[in-house]
Amino acid sequence: MSLRIVVTVKYVPDATGDRHFADDLTVDRDDVDGLLSELDEYAVEQALQISENSDDDVEVTVLTVGPEDAKDALRKALSMGADKAIHVEDDDLHGTDAIGTSLVLAKAIEKAGFDLVVSGMASTDGTMGVVPALLAERLGVPQVTLLSEVSVEDGTVKGRRDGDAASEQLEASLPAVVSVTDQSGEARYPSFKGIMAAKKKPVESWDLSDLDIEAEEVGLEGAYTVVDGAAERPARTAGTIVKDEGEGGKQLAEYLASQKFI
Amino acid sequence: MAEVLVYVDHVDGAVRKPTLELLTLARRVGEPVAVALGNGAGDTAATLAEHGAVKVLTHEAAEYADYLVVPKVEALQAAVEAVSPAAVLVPSSAEGKEIAARLALRIGSGIITDAVDLEAGDEGPVATQSVFAASFTTKSRVSKGTPVITVKPNSAAVEAAPAAGAVEALSVTFSDKATGTKVTARTPRESTGRPELTEAAIVVSGGRGVNGAENFSIIEALADSLGAAVGASRAAVDAGWYPHTNQVGQTGKSVSPQLYIASGISGAIQHRAGMQTSKTIVAINKDAEAPIFELVDYGVVGDLFDVVPALTEEIKARKG
Repeated sequence: MSLRIVVTVKYVPDATGDRHFADDLTVDRDDVDGLLSELDEYAVEQALQISENSDDDVEVTVLTVGPEDAKDALRKALSMGADKAIHVEDDDLHGTDAIGTSLVLAKAIEKAGFDLVVSGMASTDGTMGVVPALLAERLGVPQVTLLSEVSVEDGTVKGRRDGDAASEQLEASLPAVVSVTDQSGEARYPSFKGIMAAKKKPVESWDLSDLDIEAEEVGLEGAYTVVDGAAERPARTAGTIVKDEGEGGKQLAEYLASQKFI
Repeated sequence: MAEVLVYVDHVDGAVRKPTLELLTLARRVGEPVAVALGNGAGDTAATLAEHGAVKVLTHEAAEYADYLVVPKVEALQAAVEAVSPAAVLVPSSAEGKEIAARLALRIGSGIITDAVDLEAGDEGPVATQSVFAASFTTKSRVSKGTPVITVKPNSAAVEAAPAAGAVEALSVTFSDKATGTKVTARTPRESTGRPELTEAAIVVSGGRGVNGAENFSIIEALADSLGAAVGASRAAVDAGWYPHTNQVGQTGKSVSPQLYIASGISGAIQHRAGMQTSKTIVAINKDAEAPIFELVDYGVVGDLFDVVPALTEEIKARKG
């Protein structure tokens, strides 16, 4: 038996940087350093654990859609232990929305071949959290999403989804799409050996023609949504700051009362 | 006037507050038609009518509880086909966003998630979103198909607006995709008696400065004095002091209450991403240089172990 796992990862602008928009209202990627989205590290980790816990022959492929620099995200995942990587890069992808991204990912996943797709719960930049569900819909396979615990055995994926109202145990037959939360387990740090080994691992580059996608289906032109405007939130006017000299609690209560919270 | 579908989030017939907020927003763009699914769907009608639903489409089936997400998508798709709405509004819960996404794909439409406001525009509903850890506000619209928009809790006031709320049975046929992901067990979360974090009007959060699980009782006591929900920073959750379900921030929950009180939280960007849209922000921290103070309407530089209990006592005294 063999198990083919594809992990979708995203190269995102560092949230601690000064993020803003370019003139066409897409995210300006030139001004801020990028990195592998932290939430995707958990996906890589779970894919590696599934691989390590399996008696089957498992291959873990990491896949990203993004500009040239996005290779950094793939290198990080390879140095953690993934076997190979696929980079979908095309100038026509600039400005692609979630619907378009899911199209590109789904076509690439189908081309790569898969039994299981593992994603993070959301990207740390767009934070929509919809791509795993969109992938399941496009691939026509079950979604087993937002898992804080995941296991694969005998062609079945099981997991625990902790929601607001209840904690649920889920189960589906492979092939399937899984997404994991930051509660699924701390992601490993790449070892020196892992970093050296990653340099020799294969990274395939595909463009839209490799995936039979027309330029009009993606990018700003193909987007199903339009951003009409973006405004920097006005800086909050300086608040009142008091030093507690024994009366801090009382003063705060006074403020809350003046704002009618008490 | 065009109809607008509103997906109803309810627990056994009890409608959750974000759905009532959606009805307020829906009235700005059309006539709200509510879609209530699963056990107790019919019981939602009176509440929905009271808040503006002209019609309530209901369907009860075991599939909604026994399988994940897809049965609800298929029912909503059936509702879209029956009504041809001007837009579909769904609460921005984790499940709501998944339902909305799959629906959008099925009906060939764009999707906007986590709107914090909604208004009618010349080319369809215009959604306001808060992005990059709430440092920017964007205005967006769906340019293809029927706009599918998910809206964050606390984005609008709940308003009474009595309407007919005529109940109609929705006809749904499930495909084989609907039963792909089985829910094999469900453990309801134990109720704390406090409001749900994302829906609460007031949130009191504790962070690294709380310094231990046992000390969270003082955060809880303050929350209870205000009828508030309790939140925690990632540092407090990772240390095991408070459950992950209460984590506020980029990898946890995003909250937008009327009042947010941060105690012992320095205000790292990841935390700010989850609370920066709160209407009024208050912080208590020993460190006068903590970045959280850049956001506050009112800040107290002081030891939370002194300030929080004193505040709780004062609130209780004022409330009598």
